[in-house]
Amino acid sequence: MTIPLRLDSRKAARSEPDLVQRPVAIAIDHVSKKYGDLDVLKDCSMTVRRAEVVVVCGPSGSGKSTLLKCVNGLEGFQAGAITVAGTSVGDRRTDLTKLRSQIGMVFQHFELYPHLTVLQNITLAPIRVLGRAKSEAIDKAMSLLRRVGLADKAGCYPGQLSGGQQQRAAIARALAMDPIAMLFDEPTSALDPETISEVLDVMTELARDGMTMMVVTHEMGFARHVADRVVFMDGGCILEEAPAEAFFAQPSTERARSFLSKILRQQ
Amino acid sequence: MGGIDLDLIAATAPFLWDGLCTSFQLLLLAMAGGISLGAILAVVRIAGPKPLAALAATYVNGLRSIPLIMVILWFYLLMPLATGRPIGAFTSALVAFTIFEAAYYSEIIRAGIQSVSKQQLAAATASGLSQLQAYRFVVLPQAFRKMTPILLSQSIALFQDTSLVYVVGLRDFMTAVSVTANREGHLVAFYLFAALVYFVLCCTGAQSVQLLKKSMVSQ
Repeated sequence: MTIPLRLDSRKAARSEPDLVQRPVAIAIDHVSKKYGDLDVLKDCSMTVRRAEVVVVCGPSGSGKSTLLKCVNGLEGFQAGAITVAGTSVGDRRTDLTKLRSQIGMVFQHFELYPHLTVLQNITLAPIRVLGRAKSEAIDKAMSLLRRVGLADKAGCYPGQLSGGQQQRAAIARALAMDPIAMLFDEPTSALDPETISEVLDVMTELARDGMTMMVVTHEMGFARHVADRVVFMDGGCILEEAPAEAFFAQPSTERARSFLSKILRQQ
Repeated sequence: MGGIDLDLIAATAPFLWDGLCTSFQLLLLAMAGGISLGAILAVVRIAGPKPLAALAATYVNGLRSIPLIMVILWFYLLMPLATGRPIGAFTSALVAFTIFEAAYYSEIIRAGIQSVSKQQLAAATASGLSQLQAYRFVVLPQAFRKMTPILLSQSIALFQDTSLVYVVGLRDFMTAVSVTANREGHLVAFYLFAALVYFVLCCTGAQSVQLLKKSMVSQ
């Protein structure tokens, strides 16, 4: 896996004290969730500040994807609170539909709509949810497609694209709503190894442009070079939350150490 | 086919043609109404609030346990009592077919919706679409694409069922044939002719569905 060198310069630009002063974009506060008797999230707390990239990692079944889905209300939770840009997700009075329209989400299996072209995939929500004019939505979609390197695929159906292309189109679809934050749910796990980097490059670019990102991933190269902070989960608990350098240099828990040594050996 | 007097059938053709048009009118309108009502019932059963979903389920299961001919007859006899004036054989038959077929269509549509990945709904709602919009723009179009062949097969059965409207005296193709056959005294010839027409139409329909299925698979 190759991560371009320019990434380090991006991180040098945002020093730690600078980050701490930024407003909180996503605040997860003592969140717990059960499926019946099974605890899937236990007292999880973490924050993502504006323009910050936080990678959530951990073994499969650790609850990281579930935690991510709680942020935009795709999954409910029984205890605790999550606020996104000051709006409480769990509050019954919250207009979840409106909140979701402000949070972009990228799925493991892309979830492009197979019956619509790439362009229609991207313009659907801006037209139907934000009420944008069709021409305006198309202009915006085309500029996003250029940004992710897919301008020539606008008229294609998702089935005609490779996995990496589909995921880049899905990122463009999420960006078309001008989200205040982006959630990534294992965005490269379903990809062929050779197309992973094209998606990571797009995500890296996004991070450089100052997008607020919460990323569930096993891509430790991305975490190390692009993330500001890393959150490590196991068994539904958040065991560590540390700046990326510190996490990779010296994880403080034994479980994180063994997870890292296993996953880094694979990569 | 020596038993069929072609000249006689040709002479009565305009009358039979009118009957066939009535059958097709009934088919197309009942299809449109049945599929629309069926789609609503299916969405309510899958995504609606619990009491409404239960109500929709009762409707579907209830109607599927009653013979169609009774629905047609009851509707024709009971509606004037309820509304205080006769509603006409065509309207009555159309409404009866619509509410009856909706129950069958809704089961097909429900299976179609459930065959669309739940993640598609998640992706649509995550982008800010309301539940209703997510179904309308994302889930239902995919579901309908998958279930079009089955919906058409059901509609072929519906076309055959339209012959039941003789009970309310509506002059569809079958009734027109029956009237002519009795008037001309050539029962066998006319009924054979009717069977031939139904056979050709339904067979063509079924073949088209097969072709459509094949072209969908190869896509």
